Amino acid sequence: MRLIIRGGRVIDPASNTDAIKNVVIENGRIVRLQSGAETRNPDSEIIDASGMWVVPGLIDMHTHLREPGHEYKETIATGCAAAAAGGFTSICCMPNTTPVNDNQSVTDYILKKAREAEHARVYPVGAISKGLQGRSLAEFGELKEAGVVAVSDDGNPVMNSQLMRRALEYTRAFDLFVISHCEDLDLAGSGVMNEGTVATRLGLRGIPNAVESVMVSRDLMLAELTGAKLHIAHVSAADSVRCIRDAKKRGVLVTAETAPHYFSLTEAALLDYNTNAKMNPPLRTKKDVEAICEGLRDGSIDAIATDHAPHSILEKDIEFDAAANGIIGMETSLPLSLKLVRNGILDPMTLIAKMSTNPARIIGLPAGQLKPGASADVTVIDPEVSFTVDANSFKSKARNCPFDGWNLQGKAALTIVEGRIIHRSPPFDLG
Amino acid sequence: MKSAKKDLLGIEELSTDEIGFILDTADSMKEISLRDIKKVPTLRGKTVVHFFHEPSTRTKTSFEIAAKRLSADAVSISASTSSIVKGETLIDTARNLEAMNPDVVVIRHQASGSAQMIANRIRASVINAGDGMHAHPTQALLDMMTVREKKKTLSGLKIVIAGDIAHSRVARSNIIGFTRMGSDVVVAGPPTMIPMDIESVGATVTYSIEDAARKADVIMILRIQKERMDDFLFPSNREYASFFGLTHKAVSKARKNVVIMHPGPINRGVEIPPEIADGSRSVILDQVENGVAVRMAVLYLLIGGSRHASDN
Ligand SMILES: [Zn+2]
Ligand SMILES: [Zn+2]
Repeated sequence: MRLIIRGGRVIDPASNTDAIKNVVIENGRIVRLQSGAETRNPDSEIIDASGMWVVPGLIDMHTHLREPGHEYKETIATGCAAAAAGGFTSICCMPNTTPVNDNQSVTDYILKKAREAEHARVYPVGAISKGLQGRSLAEFGELKEAGVVAVSDDGNPVMNSQLMRRALEYTRAFDLFVISHCEDLDLAGSGVMNEGTVATRLGLRGIPNAVESVMVSRDLMLAELTGAKLHIAHVSAADSVRCIRDAKKRGVLVTAETAPHYFSLTEAALLDYNTNAKMNPPLRTKKDVEAICEGLRDGSIDAIATDHAPHSILEKDIEFDAAANGIIGMETSLPLSLKLVRNGILDPMTLIAKMSTNPARIIGLPAGQLKPGASADVTVIDPEVSFTVDANSFKSKARNCPFDGWNLQGKAALTIVEGRIIHRSPPFDLG
Repeated sequence: MKSAKKDLLGIEELSTDEIGFILDTADSMKEISLRDIKKVPTLRGKTVVHFFHEPSTRTKTSFEIAAKRLSADAVSISASTSSIVKGETLIDTARNLEAMNPDVVVIRHQASGSAQMIANRIRASVINAGDGMHAHPTQALLDMMTVREKKKTLSGLKIVIAGDIAHSRVARSNIIGFTRMGSDVVVAGPPTMIPMDIESVGATVTYSIEDAARKADVIMILRIQKERMDDFLFPSNREYASFFGLTHKAVSKARKNVVIMHPGPINRGVEIPPEIADGSRSVILDQVENGVAVRMAVLYLLIGGSRHASDN
């Protein structure tokens, strides 16, 4: 079976390609990229991608799929379908499920469910500490054998600096890396949103930027001490960007991600106690949004990940103080990120690097590139199509999305994993 | 004459004219409370539900008396009698209240934004009787009524609010109310109790109550809560009293006819010395009396008479 994606703008950061080309796929692999007319072949399926971008499959390195344990919020199947609809061919899922992914049987279960879903590929992240309790190391070696690609206690910070030091050191034996959720719990206290003007007006307890940045600083020092690879999750604060930039200059092996909400929204989104804009770390100020954009532009921030965090109305349609943190993001990430291109912050090549090539490099996946011989994980993007976000039409089970009703531009038209089309939207839908 | 608004959730939603009108109405309501028979039939047949999910004897009693003086049927649900303790959510409770067809729900709840949340979901009018650290509009109205009685104006005054500003809905609502009416508000307290960017709400900040008190027309002292010691906000009652509590020296720097206010209940000897609380400048009991009048006015304006959509 041969699939030819014809006449699209091929953007492949790994080979520094940005040109109109045909992508020829055979038996799940990319055979070649060619300019001009493709060779005729009767059993080829031809996809006319003129006016579209053809890019290496997008990778979301930070999601919460909720299964096992919280299937009423999301399942691996619905989460993978949401990923496909958002243009993602691969996603990483965090270990804060019930039970926690701190052992091989949970990793095996996740991978089995993901295979059955037949949508995006799933790469599980294992726990740093057993039960996410912050007391003893999880079995990184066994987790790695079962298929985890990184370790994280995401949802919780690792408050114990000794544990973080040892976790960083220990990853070096298994070619893993630590994904750190940076939050000083004592400093955060009972805060529920960014500390500042809006919290003062709403009478809500504040979380200052330093809650994140002091832990970013600590982890950078520990990465330097241990020589281990560190990845900072969901960077939200200007000071964190500055610390990461400085550490990279010193040669610390650090990478970082931010999420679309941290460059698309500010604390003002909370003005009517909108729990769908409540998240951790919290939405910050305009100054922080500008710093995040600058960090993306100058490379201090390597990746855009969603921190897709499904919740049901049971956790969201309640008093603000009591509402759960987190928003879903896989089905809005691409159009929100395309705004960075339209606003002149990133060029298309750099955006695709942040959403595919860089995550692949950080995780160590043989993906994120359109190289002949590579598995045909491809996303075809219609960069111009305008639409109104309708949370009720999401593939995700959850609806906790602060962008519901927004008018956005740009969408994944086709999502292809190993040559198999797992998502189609106009003009490629089958009706 | 009736308010076109459905709810009273915060001071910021009221114009200066609306605040003036509520206070004028409260002045005439106060007269009812001075009669032998303290009851008028204005709200006969109307039902007011008092839903207090946080302990508060004085605000609750004040609302209940106000409803009864206007002949409304007043029902009270408190945290211990409501089904919230059985795990029912606030929204379920709101829906159940709605099913009883009340005309007004008066709500006190520890979560900021809870009054708005209920108001968005039920047809009845909602009066916010205090939501978390956010707002306490009837307290601000009764404080403004009391100041207007004593000073004959609400503009051009220097109002000092001293204490734990960060955790106080009374402070927030009063800062908004008094500045909207044309007065200057200075907040004073230890830096740990001054919220970030409080200037954006309209107040200026000092850490010294004596500096704040200079030429003040009104000094409002907030209750200090012992639990705040556990949050490292202050080290001891003794230190608080000597550095941040009201002192005779501070009072001596204020205008001669300064009035001293406190929303109660008072920790005598901590935030305010007893002889000042009970002294000639104190209007603390006037505040309590005016509380009933303001709540009668608000109830009357929200549900008295028939609803005219054209009344703006
Ligand atoms: Zn996290
Ligand atoms: Zn997360």
